[in-house]
Amino acid sequence: MASELTSSASEAPSPASSGPVVVFDQVSIHFDVKPVLQDVSFAVEHGETRIILGPAGGGKSVLMKLANGLIKPDGGRIRIFGQDITDMPERELFKLRAHIGMVFQESALFDSLSVEDNVAYRLHEEHIPEAEAHIRVVEALKFVELEQAIQKFPSELSGGMRRRVSIARAIISRPDLILYDSPTGGLDPITSTTIIELVMKQRDVGHTTSLLITHRLQDAFTLAMNRFNPDTGKMEPIPNKGVDEKTKFLVLNDGRVVFDGTTLELVTSTDPWLRDYLS
Amino acid sequence: MSFVSPEDFAKQKIAAIQEYSILSWQAIAGLFSRPRYWSEIYSQMDSIGVGSMPIIVLTGFFTGCVLALQSATSLQEFGSVSLTGNLVALSMVKELGPVLTGLMVSGRNASGMASEIGSMRVTEQIDAMRALGTDPVRKLVTPRLYATIFMLFFLTILSDAFGIAGGALVSIAIMGLNPSSYFNNSYRALQYGDVVQGLVKPLFSAFIIATVGCYFGMTTKGGTQGVGRSTTQAVVVSSVFIIIVDLLVTRGMIGIFGR
Repeated sequence: MASELTSSASEAPSPASSGPVVVFDQVSIHFDVKPVLQDVSFAVEHGETRIILGPAGGGKSVLMKLANGLIKPDGGRIRIFGQDITDMPERELFKLRAHIGMVFQESALFDSLSVEDNVAYRLHEEHIPEAEAHIRVVEALKFVELEQAIQKFPSELSGGMRRRVSIARAIISRPDLILYDSPTGGLDPITSTTIIELVMKQRDVGHTTSLLITHRLQDAFTLAMNRFNPDTGKMEPIPNKGVDEKTKFLVLNDGRVVFDGTTLELVTSTDPWLRDYLS
Repeated sequence: MSFVSPEDFAKQKIAAIQEYSILSWQAIAGLFSRPRYWSEIYSQMDSIGVGSMPIIVLTGFFTGCVLALQSATSLQEFGSVSLTGNLVALSMVKELGPVLTGLMVSGRNASGMASEIGSMRVTEQIDAMRALGTDPVRKLVTPRLYATIFMLFFLTILSDAFGIAGGALVSIAIMGLNPSSYFNNSYRALQYGDVVQGLVKPLFSAFIIATVGCYFGMTTKGGTQGVGRSTTQAVVVSSVFIIIVDLLVTRGMIGIFGR
């Protein structure tokens, strides 16, 4: 099953396979008079998982919505798959979003639709035949180990199950970029680990580029220091206390980038604020 | 409670009018290009039209009854009780049918639209829809707009018919009028201009109900409290607009048809 998704993901047409997938160049945004992001610049390479850390209210979710074109910046430029989306009309953005999956903070499942209809939403919009859509929904739900909940409604699911359905909805179109907005927020540690394992599975099996916001440092370091083993179907520590080279960090504080680099650079940073935040 | 300067207040109101106008235009234009959500339109027709039928039938019927009772008392003084049919038919078709139907549907559906779309807004379902490549205006607003326009037209006819029937029941059963005289007078009282006036008004009311309800839903902020506020505002604003536009349309129609 996982290998099916892998091959599908790699075969999906990428709008621009060369160069960074996500580029933020001096991006700023204000809400009323309050600056939320100020001169934020970073780039995410193909196949990279970028973990975004920072205190609450630091502009992480806003950054994620900017990356999907859901809101427009007041200054700076944003490029996704090499295309400048800063002033892109909504109609053009809809086409680009066919290559982007997004997992929302509170899942944002359509509460009047069943799990199957939620996961198949994009397929229905693309008028994919019902039989094919059903097969792909089952495939995506198997990936998140939730195929038994296909007929249920979101109100009948637990918080963790909703996040998993949300992940299934995001990956069903085999996107080239996945945006995870606090997928473990508000969940208990065991359920959080299950969600992180799914993110890792998508990273190591699907090799999908992703941005992930988390408030839990342990989730971030679990992702950085573990890998998914397709043979056992479980995650395992990278031997010799190694770290995943494709997993990098971006730390925001008060709307500014305070760190942009690898796991090793993060843990060896001498920045007093960063050391205090990580401790 | 914080006070805003008159300048900021004026800017906010102008921005809201601009936002409302853009939403209304996008909703109208949504039917003239792909993708079109026909199944959503039919489902909204069922919800708005069929769902509102009981309240429209009851309101129309009892308004007709009351109108007959009240007018008969006044007409008796002039010895013209036989003209009750004229009065009921003219009042229902020209004014009470369209306005009461508009107000009832506004209370039922503008609130429903604002709360449903508002809940979707605060739970990020609207953003999720956009992230999944769907235009929420096309999917949510356009179907509600056209379904309301189509169904309110027929609901108004239904309300007029039941109003005249209610008037007939009171006139015949309580006041002892001749049935054929009542219906004949009702029929003769109505002229082409009256019927046109009565059927043009619901088109405007429906536009107001759907666009105002959806506008307040789409601009909902502040969680469940915000949803409640949007719902209340949608009903209040759409009801007031319906009555104001009713006055303007009536004046316009009198200008065109002379009555």
